Amino acid sequence: MNDDAAISIENVHKSFNKKEALKDITSCIKHGQITGLVGPDGAGKTTLIRLMAGLMVPDEGRIAVCGLDSVNDSARIHDIIGYMPQKFGLYEDLSVQENLELYASLKNLQGDEKDKAFERMLSFTALAPFKQRLAGNLSGGMKQKLGLACALLAHPKVLLLDEPSVGVDPISRRELWSMVSALVKDGIAVIWSTSYLDEAQRCDHVLLLNEGTLLFSGPPQELTGRVKGRSFYFPVAQAERRHALMDLLKLPSVIDATIQGKGVRVVLAKDADPQATGFALEPVAARFEDAYIDILGGGPGGESELAKHVGAIAPDNAATIEADSLTKQFAKFTAAHNISFSIKHGEIFGLLGPNGAGKSTTFKMLCGLLKPTQGRALVCGFDLKVSTSEARERIGYMAQKFSLYSDLSVRQNLDFFSGVYGLSGNTRRQKIEEMVNIFNLSSYMNSNAGTLPLGFKQRLALACATMHAPEVLFLDEPTSGVDPITRREFWLHINSLAQKGVTVMVTTHFMDEAEYCDRIALIYQSENIATGTPDELKEQAASQEQPAPTLEDAFIALVQSWDEKNNAQKKAA
Amino acid sequence: MSEPFTFSRQRFLAFMRKEMLEVWRDPSSIMIAVILPLVLVFLFGYGVSLDANTVQIGVSLEDTSPEARSLAYAFQKSKYFDTRIERTHQALEDDLVASKLRGVVIIPEDFTRKLQGGRQAEIMVIADGSETNTAAILQGYAEGTLATWIASRTAERTALPDELSPSGITPVVNVWFNPEMTTRYTLLPGSIAIIMSMIGTLLTALVVSREWERGTMEAMMATSLRIHEMLIAKITPYFLLGLGSMALCVGLSIFAFDVPFRGSLFVLLLSACVFLLCALGQGLLISTIARSQFVASQIALMTAFLPAFMLSGFLFEISSMPAPLRLLTYILPVRYFVAILQTSFIAGNVWPLFWQNLAAMLAIATALLTLTARRTAGRLD
Repeated sequence: MNDDAAISIENVHKSFNKKEALKDITSCIKHGQITGLVGPDGAGKTTLIRLMAGLMVPDEGRIAVCGLDSVNDSARIHDIIGYMPQKFGLYEDLSVQENLELYASLKNLQGDEKDKAFERMLSFTALAPFKQRLAGNLSGGMKQKLGLACALLAHPKVLLLDEPSVGVDPISRRELWSMVSALVKDGIAVIWSTSYLDEAQRCDHVLLLNEGTLLFSGPPQELTGRVKGRSFYFPVAQAERRHALMDLLKLPSVIDATIQGKGVRVVLAKDADPQATGFALEPVAARFEDAYIDILGGGPGGESELAKHVGAIAPDNAATIEADSLTKQFAKFTAAHNISFSIKHGEIFGLLGPNGAGKSTTFKMLCGLLKPTQGRALVCGFDLKVSTSEARERIGYMAQKFSLYSDLSVRQNLDFFSGVYGLSGNTRRQKIEEMVNIFNLSSYMNSNAGTLPLGFKQRLALACATMHAPEVLFLDEPTSGVDPITRREFWLHINSLAQKGVTVMVTTHFMDEAEYCDRIALIYQSENIATGTPDELKEQAASQEQPAPTLEDAFIALVQSWDEKNNAQKKAA
Repeated sequence: MSEPFTFSRQRFLAFMRKEMLEVWRDPSSIMIAVILPLVLVFLFGYGVSLDANTVQIGVSLEDTSPEARSLAYAFQKSKYFDTRIERTHQALEDDLVASKLRGVVIIPEDFTRKLQGGRQAEIMVIADGSETNTAAILQGYAEGTLATWIASRTAERTALPDELSPSGITPVVNVWFNPEMTTRYTLLPGSIAIIMSMIGTLLTALVVSREWERGTMEAMMATSLRIHEMLIAKITPYFLLGLGSMALCVGLSIFAFDVPFRGSLFVLLLSACVFLLCALGQGLLISTIARSQFVASQIALMTAFLPAFMLSGFLFEISSMPAPLRLLTYILPVRYFVAILQTSFIAGNVWPLFWQNLAAMLAIATALLTLTARRTAGRLD
């Protein structure tokens, strides 16, 4: 056994109900490093972290944390680790201070030592002004920081973080990263599981899991090196981007293609000739994500079967969706204030913003689920206040949370939704069959929807939302928590539908996905603070320090400048 | 486990403090511990009374002798009846059909003749069967009134022959303790058992499953907190809360509803403590199976509330249950608690009964808590 290893994992197997969650994992995690645990949904990341925390027992093999066996010495392991589970492990009815006190006592801190640890953590997380606030009333980012503070109180030797950045806005995500990076210098071993590949890229070491198998263990640069010379960029006019993307995806030599900035980013298969594609591809540096998609067997290619079955919708010059100074008031709280924009036929329009900014409220007013307090929402020319049912027939809606019937089978769900949308007889049977083929649902037909893997749940939800060939598609966080490969499949469908003339309105917190949108509205503190194409937003945010910001940089810059302006106004008042 | 047994007072107190803060801040705990007992006590005190109060009846007095009139007067002065006296039963029967009356008592014209002739005198009681409960009660009270009347007659003139007492009158044994036969006196002590079951089982099952749901259980397991520290720290506040609710219920029953208390407070306290251990053990056991609040509350209702309500003997006599159900009641701690409660309130100190029931509850509590401690592993799988 390696003595200076923080955690050593030897031939670990773990099964649940005969299903193998982890297969023969062997690895070594070092002190003073951030080790990224990456992989698609259901790859076994959480199981591995729980095994390391001594919360589960491996079926075979052994794990040692700082030399302590995870089965026999689990109590002593708990004394020296800091662990933050997915939901942060906070008591919502307790204040920030009380949560810290509880964890301090449970970590055996006393007296002076305890006070010092508090000081340190409150200043480290900048939570000092919120000491008395209940944890349940904190924002997602603040909860995450408090969770981290609780895990860090007793100077742990090993810090285990299970998807710490899920559901947290980009600004908080960056802050957390810099906080954790600072810790590593003191020699702590950090295990950080994530589905964000930009985070994985910044780790010192990466363990890449897929379906319980360890595909790669090493520095991320090493994995990225494997696809060296295979990443290209195809610059193309904004209006042509989607078209170019679809054409590129049809080529067998293309492993992965995504819209990025003013063009399409392409990863070619090994030994493929960029000249042979017929596109003027410019070589670019490989990213970790390119290598990730490559090692997982490439993204979906070809055409969207879903769009094939949709008839082209005749273009119309009038705006398909129109938000006219929408305001929503909940008691004294204004959830959306004076929000206006209009969406053209066949456009993909994105709503972006931190949690609780008013995205979902705006979204729900536009698909007729919430009545605006003031202003009008028009879909296909119908005012949603007056003629809800006419407008609803033209709408397909996929809710943020899984909104199908968990206790009905896939077949029963499809039957039910086809009935709801008024399909019957042969059309109905045909349509269901189509959906089953398109989304590859045949092997799950008799399983209850609630038991499906997340990716399939989302597919089923999209199938149910598009079965009646709607003219307008509302997608609320359709890819939240879904792994990059399935996300690409979704966007293939969405892009193809837009090509056919379907108008799509989407919310997302993945900044790379926002690149797919034709236009974006940035919602912050209940207001629409910027609308435009991704490029326009980036230009607005460009500065001397950041001449070519990414969309995430732009998002952060726009939000910060809004805050500054607001503060200045408040001071002036 | 190779881990030596340790108990840290600091960790125990910190976790218990957290638990108490949660109880204090979470409206649902207060609801279950304070509002629920209040609602139940008032419900059983006022609403669910199995007594018939002022049932509207008609008495058809077709015999005019002093004997017959005296009997009619007995009905009229009874506080359970709102009595209208008529000479014929025709009009009364019409009103019975129209639901203006719940029952009719007919004293036939040959009543006195038969009574004096030494034969079986009959009166007829017609009850409105559409309300079965009231009907049954009406029948019972009518018989009771008749029995009281006969008793008073017998006392007046001891010469009245024995065979005069009409058949179908069953002497009520309980009359001595509960002369008015007020069911409130037995219902309120019984409802205390229900409340305690709910607080003990439902509250603990809910608060532990909530920790699973919110992911805090997982976080706690990864700290230095040991499982036994957590279990004891979880039980203690709810134990105290349960005793508080118990005091509230007992106080209300005695002072607001004038239920007599004839037993020993010490026995009451002791049995409440032992019963709470059973209920808390059951709640913790449920939480080892159910990891969502919804499932936990369902199981708690099925295994604690319903048996406490239906099978504890407070609402339905255990001795009149079918054999399988009767056997089932032996493993329900609430059965023994109800026995102690009802005896303490209505009868007084019956020591052998107390010890037997206490011993049974203690055995169940030990079994439940041992099982819980075994089943609650410090692991997720």
